Amino acid sequence: MARYFTQDHEWIDVDGEIGTVGISEFAQSQLGDIVFVDVPADGRQLAKGDEAAVVESVKAASDVYSPVSGTVLEGNPALADQPDLVNSDAEAEGWFFRLTLADSSELDELLDEAAYEAFVAKL
Amino acid sequence: MSETVHPPEGLALDPDAEDLDTPETQHLPLDAWHRTRGGRMVPFAGYHMAVQYEGIMAEHLWCRENAGLFDVSHMGQLVFTAEDGVDVAQALEAVLPGDVTGLGVGRMRYSLLLDENGGILDDLMVTRRQDDIYMVVNGATKYDDIAHLLDHLPDAVTINLQDEQALLALQGPKAVDALSRLMPGVEALVFMTAGAFEWQGTPLWISRSGYTGEDGFEISLSAESAEAFAEALLAQGEVKPIGLGARDSLRLEAGLPLYGHDLNAETTPIMGDLGFALSKRRREAADFPGAAHILAERENGPASKRVGLLVDGRQPVREGATVVDEAGAVVGRVTSGGFAPSVGQPLAMAYVPTALAQPGTALRLAQRGKIHTGTVSAMPFIPHRYVRIGGK
Repeated sequence: MARYFTQDHEWIDVDGEIGTVGISEFAQSQLGDIVFVDVPADGRQLAKGDEAAVVESVKAASDVYSPVSGTVLEGNPALADQPDLVNSDAEAEGWFFRLTLADSSELDELLDEAAYEAFVAKL
Repeated sequence: MSETVHPPEGLALDPDAEDLDTPETQHLPLDAWHRTRGGRMVPFAGYHMAVQYEGIMAEHLWCRENAGLFDVSHMGQLVFTAEDGVDVAQALEAVLPGDVTGLGVGRMRYSLLLDENGGILDDLMVTRRQDDIYMVVNGATKYDDIAHLLDHLPDAVTINLQDEQALLALQGPKAVDALSRLMPGVEALVFMTAGAFEWQGTPLWISRSGYTGEDGFEISLSAESAEAFAEALLAQGEVKPIGLGARDSLRLEAGLPLYGHDLNAETTPIMGDLGFALSKRRREAADFPGAAHILAERENGPASKRVGLLVDGRQPVREGATVVDEAGAVVGRVTSGGFAPSVGQPLAMAYVPTALAQPGTALRLAQRGKIHTGTVSAMPFIPHRYVRIGGK
């Protein structure tokens, strides 16, 4: 399994054809207390860069973009009752959605963990 | 990920936000103190201000149960004096609908700066002191306010913007315990009264007032003494620093409007549900700006008015969302909204036609292509806990 990041602070874990998407630890720390997450519906077709989810902190709503193209398998059902999982465990239990990748070559355009950390360090 | 809604208080998700500062963004007296305390600084009302320290939710709840220290030094502190026998209080009544001449020394009231059509240019607190009138206005509007006041007050009135003064607010049920330990005597003040005190040789002007719905105080003091006083307050176990984020959610729960969002020059006191700010004597004399229009609205009802909304579900509906009818036509607008930590659900304020303003009315709200539902609710959402009889 490999993990990639975007410059918009999403992460995606890829296992074969299946990707799991969330927002980074850095992003959750910037957002603060998260009170609601709107995850995409099963079966939704997403193009890379599409607005896939909305995350609401106490102060602001933010769009979460799909790091790759694909078809949504499921949104994280736990976030409906526990949106603060994104605060407590952004890069594992606080995942947003899973999708079937349409084109795994799109992953080449994403950052690996070291490159993302270097990117964040410069912010 | 990107921010899609610009929140009222200017919280930036974007870590580059500070780089977007215009060169004019100013530093307040406690700037370094905020940064040392872990404050996340954002540009607001032309100043670098702390939006949060440990987190908005925790700070909000702490203030409701203990005491929160807010730096509101961005607000405009104005002092009015006059010469040539001009009565300052009477002069100010030309621009406000409140009874200023009837204020006793050490008494204050909430009032509104009105344009000639009765539109609200700012909301403010006005206090009579022994030798002058003291006024606190919003930070983002203070220079426009001064320009308006200079235009509308006699030349014999002098306006002094006290930009060398800091302003702190200590709010919450334990504010009186913490402050009276440092400054004995403040417990004798009651809500909307004020007086002069002295702390270690520093003059303090302290009022029992605030904008959270809780008991509390606002303390005006010189910029150079602000840090020492803030440190002394924080040394009290009840006190934590609170940022702009929680200030916004606290005032929303308290049903208190935020100028520039819930009030502006297009809204009148009646539309804004601020009829209490029209003092009886002034209503009877009908001698304030826009009086004919405002008093007709008071009599016949405004076309639209500010209401509170309990929003169904967990997703906040924020400023910029619209109120829509069954057919989707826009009939109103949301002017403030967010998740309310003490209520445990999203709340909003909106302007709706008077026919839809009754508590209990179900409303449809449109935001980013999605329909939400909510119910008109009486405000405040959390009962005010002002102290009207002196003591702890």
